[in-house]
Amino acid sequence: MELALAPETLARWQFGITTVYHFLFVPLTISLAALTAGLQTAWVRTGREVYLRATKFWGKLFLINIAMGVVTGIVQEFQFGMNWSDYSRFVGDVFGAPLAFEALIAFFFESTFIGLWIFGWDKLPKRIHLATIWMVAIGTVLSAYFILAANSWMQHPVGYRIDPESGRAELTDFLAVLTQNTAVAQFFHTMTAAFLTGGAFMVGIAAYHLMRRRHIPVMRTSLRLGLVTLVAAGALTAVSGDHLGKIMYEQQPMKMAAAEALWETEGPAPFSVFAYGDVDEGHNKVAIEIPGLLSFLAHSDFDTPVPGINDTNAALQEQYGPGDYKPNIPVAYWGFRWMIGFGMASTALGALGLWLTRRRFLLAEGHRTTENEVPNLALTPTRLLGPALSRRYWQLAFLTLGFPLIANAWGWIFTEMGRQPWVVYGLLRTSSAVSPGVSQLEVLISMTVFTLLYAVLAVIEVKLLAKYIKAGPPELTEADLDPPTRIGGHDKDDADRPMAFSY
Amino acid sequence: MELHDVWFVLIAVLWTGYFFLEGFDFGVGVLTRTLARDRRERRVLINTIGPVWDGNEVWLLTAGGATFAAFPDWYATLFSGFYLPLLLILVCLIVRGVAFEYRAKRPEEKWQTNWERAIFWTSLLPAFLWGVAFANIVRGVAIDANKEYTGGLLDLLNPYALLGGATTLALFTFHGAVFTALKTVGDIRVRARALAVRLGLLTAALAVAFLGWTQLDRGDTTTLIALAVAALALLAAVRAIAAGREGWSFTLSGVTVVAAVAMLFLALYPNVMPSTLDPAWSLTVTNSASSPYTLTIMTWLAALATPLVLLYQGWTYWVFRKRIGTQHIADTPDTPHPEPETTRT
Repeated sequence: MELALAPETLARWQFGITTVYHFLFVPLTISLAALTAGLQTAWVRTGREVYLRATKFWGKLFLINIAMGVVTGIVQEFQFGMNWSDYSRFVGDVFGAPLAFEALIAFFFESTFIGLWIFGWDKLPKRIHLATIWMVAIGTVLSAYFILAANSWMQHPVGYRIDPESGRAELTDFLAVLTQNTAVAQFFHTMTAAFLTGGAFMVGIAAYHLMRRRHIPVMRTSLRLGLVTLVAAGALTAVSGDHLGKIMYEQQPMKMAAAEALWETEGPAPFSVFAYGDVDEGHNKVAIEIPGLLSFLAHSDFDTPVPGINDTNAALQEQYGPGDYKPNIPVAYWGFRWMIGFGMASTALGALGLWLTRRRFLLAEGHRTTENEVPNLALTPTRLLGPALSRRYWQLAFLTLGFPLIANAWGWIFTEMGRQPWVVYGLLRTSSAVSPGVSQLEVLISMTVFTLLYAVLAVIEVKLLAKYIKAGPPELTEADLDPPTRIGGHDKDDADRPMAFSY
Repeated sequence: MELHDVWFVLIAVLWTGYFFLEGFDFGVGVLTRTLARDRRERRVLINTIGPVWDGNEVWLLTAGGATFAAFPDWYATLFSGFYLPLLLILVCLIVRGVAFEYRAKRPEEKWQTNWERAIFWTSLLPAFLWGVAFANIVRGVAIDANKEYTGGLLDLLNPYALLGGATTLALFTFHGAVFTALKTVGDIRVRARALAVRLGLLTAALAVAFLGWTQLDRGDTTTLIALAVAALALLAAVRAIAAGREGWSFTLSGVTVVAAVAMLFLALYPNVMPSTLDPAWSLTVTNSASSPYTLTIMTWLAALATPLVLLYQGWTYWVFRKRIGTQHIADTPDTPHPEPETTRT
């Protein structure tokens, strides 16, 4: 069966669906691994039970999340061969290597040590058990680096040559692929966004419980950790995003012109805050603009001209031959705005929270709270927020846990769709990348199967998360406070002792 | 031996590692409905592989990634050609991973039995389908001059391939039964031994038929040696488990897996995917390999990382070396306590 669709349409939809879905779990996995490891470190160092309870609580949510991240990642590994076989043949020599590195170095790390961490509470001495979660955290970061280096090569191919005989890309400088500025910038941007996501997740859930005056000591600690993470990562996300943006202005001017719906070259170029009407029509009907800001974002001064879509398209036609080199402009324009808007909204709510709950020495004596109380929200050192406004803040803080997920998804949609019509920028068009031997019916079947399966799993996952979030941090058992002192478990005399953790 | 030959061997090693390790955890998955008598025993089985199945599965991801990097055309033709069976395998692996992690996360019996059912099917199907896939790779499929698979789904379900699937399913289940006997205590251990003997004999019959067919079809002296090793190891494994020597039996069933996979790869070489349409169109280690530069980098990676992986993965098995029985399974699985009314602490 062949549908009246371009051969790449369904394959692109499938890639979009499975990748955006996969990436809902990735940033949370990266950040929660490190945050959980941090909490467990605090427990091992201080022996304060609040840290252990927090470790168990966030660790559980982390596990529910990473399970989905791992299984949806399997599809990513094989999808290139299934739907994009011509892409795979063309890039395999270059693109395969970072994937193999990712599997052999990072995936083994993550999956082996996660098993040790889950089942190791009563099998490993305290410090070794702590090391296993750090290994998982390191694994997630390494994994991100390799896959982002691979993606960066698609955004900006370096360290390769085109083999005249086979016509495929061949690696000539692996270090260049791993260390090019696009890879480094994408890595920092993705990493900071991941911690923004994890920080917001923590803040949101802590706010949920604090608003209900539950589990106060653990949630108070979590709120503070979440807020600091959120604000620091949010600020760094802005910085890394600005850096990545400047690189993209050089490497893919069309993507950035599309991000601004900047049709004609302008200098000084304004930054479009909002455009009304059809941004796809070659002009914007209503636009709110900040003069000169776009020039600044692109080139760090307020006057340099920024090339517009039409000029860029003409330049690309000259370089690569006739054709349309414009990506989907509304998606790029709005995707860019949703990314920044939701990410920064979360950061702003975090900054507000950090101010409202600031350390007690900044507050008048009567407004200070102990570790066992819900922190007072104070606008000025002597003035507390009223109950209604306080409640409003906790509600907003709860909502913010979802914002970065939206921002992340749009960030990827923007950067991938903004690169179109290329799958490897300047080298291979997306339309030439699909599997010629795979019928549209087959793609349709797999797309439907994955979409339905992912939808069902999403419902299961969210319900499970909600259940564990509502239940709050677990009470500690005797076994929790009595970890083994040797590897493999306690002494021989308790051979029938039940496992501390079992499936 | 040139670099692409080295990588042919390394890809074979990765697949062997995958089938050796995930082989027994697929087997344990199948046994949850054939060996376990009640839910508690089922949990014993699941917990023998609980800490390790995820690491085992990464051997597959590494085999996939390494094939992509070392033999891009092999990766492209194989996964676009075997599209729907691979889709089914992926769906199984997704559900299976979630099933292990989520099964114990709610106390309701229905929730848990549903996931247990999922574990059974999603272990059984890939154990069968990988055999089908590898049999087809060795046998050859319709590949045209452009390295594209031109056959359909039904062409993959030929008798030889189905026999291959039945063989891997039986072999992995046997391997899993021996593993269970090695890792458990009590009644379930005794029954695992008895079942392993029966499964071993069934596997022997299937394996002799399948590997014998392979030998007749495209065998030479080296494949014959591998076949002999596989057959002898299998029979010795059955003897060992009948005699209650579980460690030896597991080693030998592992040798069986290694020798059987080795035989398939020996029969394949120097092809990686032979074409049934025209031998000139076959994918070989030379016409589907990456450039020497990429293969060199990959070789460094493999040389440095693989020993490390084996070391820490092996250490995991040592940490969880203790046998488990029904007495080690806590009454209530790891589920959250009911939501408290309002705890003001």
